[in-house]
Amino acid sequence: MAAGDASAGVAASTAASTAILGRVRLSAPIAAGVPFEVRVLLRHPMETGFRHDELGRPVPRNVIRELVCRRADRELMRASLGSGISANPYLRFFLQVDADCELGFEWVDDAGARGAERVAVKLGAAG
Amino acid sequence: MTKATTADRLCRVLALAVALLVVGCTPSRVIPPAEIRSGTTFGADDLRAIAADEDANPATLWLERGTAIWHEAPNDGGPTCQSCHGDVEASMHGVAAHYPQIDRASGNLLDLEARINDCRVRRQHAPAFRYESEALLAIAAYVARASRDVPIQVAIDGAARAHFDRGRSFYYTRRGQMNLACNNCHEQNWGRRLLGETISQGHPTGYPIYRLEWQSMGSEQHRLRACLFGVRAELLPYGNDQLVDLELFLAWRAQGLPIETPAVRR
Repeated sequence: MAAGDASAGVAASTAASTAILGRVRLSAPIAAGVPFEVRVLLRHPMETGFRHDELGRPVPRNVIRELVCRRADRELMRASLGSGISANPYLRFFLQVDADCELGFEWVDDAGARGAERVAVKLGAAG
Repeated sequence: MTKATTADRLCRVLALAVALLVVGCTPSRVIPPAEIRSGTTFGADDLRAIAADEDANPATLWLERGTAIWHEAPNDGGPTCQSCHGDVEASMHGVAAHYPQIDRASGNLLDLEARINDCRVRRQHAPAFRYESEALLAIAAYVARASRDVPIQVAIDGAARAHFDRGRSFYYTRRGQMNLACNNCHEQNWGRRLLGETISQGHPTGYPIYRLEWQSMGSEQHRLRACLFGVRAELLPYGNDQLVDLELFLAWRAQGLPIETPAVRR
């Protein structure tokens, strides 16, 4: 399903950044009009900006600041994350759909690094 | 000095030597089998819930990377792990439960990470992964997970015996500014509180492990170094022989406990 497909649908990331790894899973089975759970696990240090390195220099803040979930071009969910979220954030939320579709997930951090994932929703099938 | 005291001393020395010899031949574990407990049982329920749910366990991200490493050829086109070993669940089932282990070719004691790197250098003709690198943690976790629920069982006979003895002696030697030996906490005070934590018995069942404190995966050597740091002792470098010897002693000490990789700890 979604595994190993992290770069699909992502605009080419900037030279300085590599794609942020993520994993999206849906609870199963999914029925029309019934909420199902979406689970998103992201690989990110979520640097708070409050820490200093070994030489005492401040480590700049770099957290995943936004995660967006879309169906076609319609935005279904948008989360704004801050420095209070732990490393490797795990998000769960509920959606409901009426028909088979494809969900697109995209996330971006303070440094401009991005990641994305596409997941097919099939009614009645395992997520 | 009188003859009597000299003889008395000689007797004591002899008795000690005999005792050491007996201990040396058949090592016995301080914690009786009925009381041996994995570190998982000392943690909170929510940690066990995270560890059990692959969607929530952050280690899943490393396991996915490990899957990729298992299947991809190194840059200069050597064989893949998959092409020699086949499916990981079949070929690596139980393997991690028997490490550290003596390498037959070199006679060295290798832990799982060193074994993976050895295979990578000799068979894949690729540069070794750096200790504690994401790639090494990922492939080690992927290989170790194939041994989930397999009881730990390491060999300490033959060439391994000298390593075992050194590991045991390291374990029972006080060190650092705190002047503490491993057993002062993990055998004499397990189950009691140390600040906010319950002291565990210190069994290496879940490595590589995800620690919330580290906000990352880490190897057993990472954990051992954290303990050395805690007692303010000399920090041994990754891959140091003493750390590998200690890993062997700890694995023997944990004999029978099932592998729980990838475990989650606070």
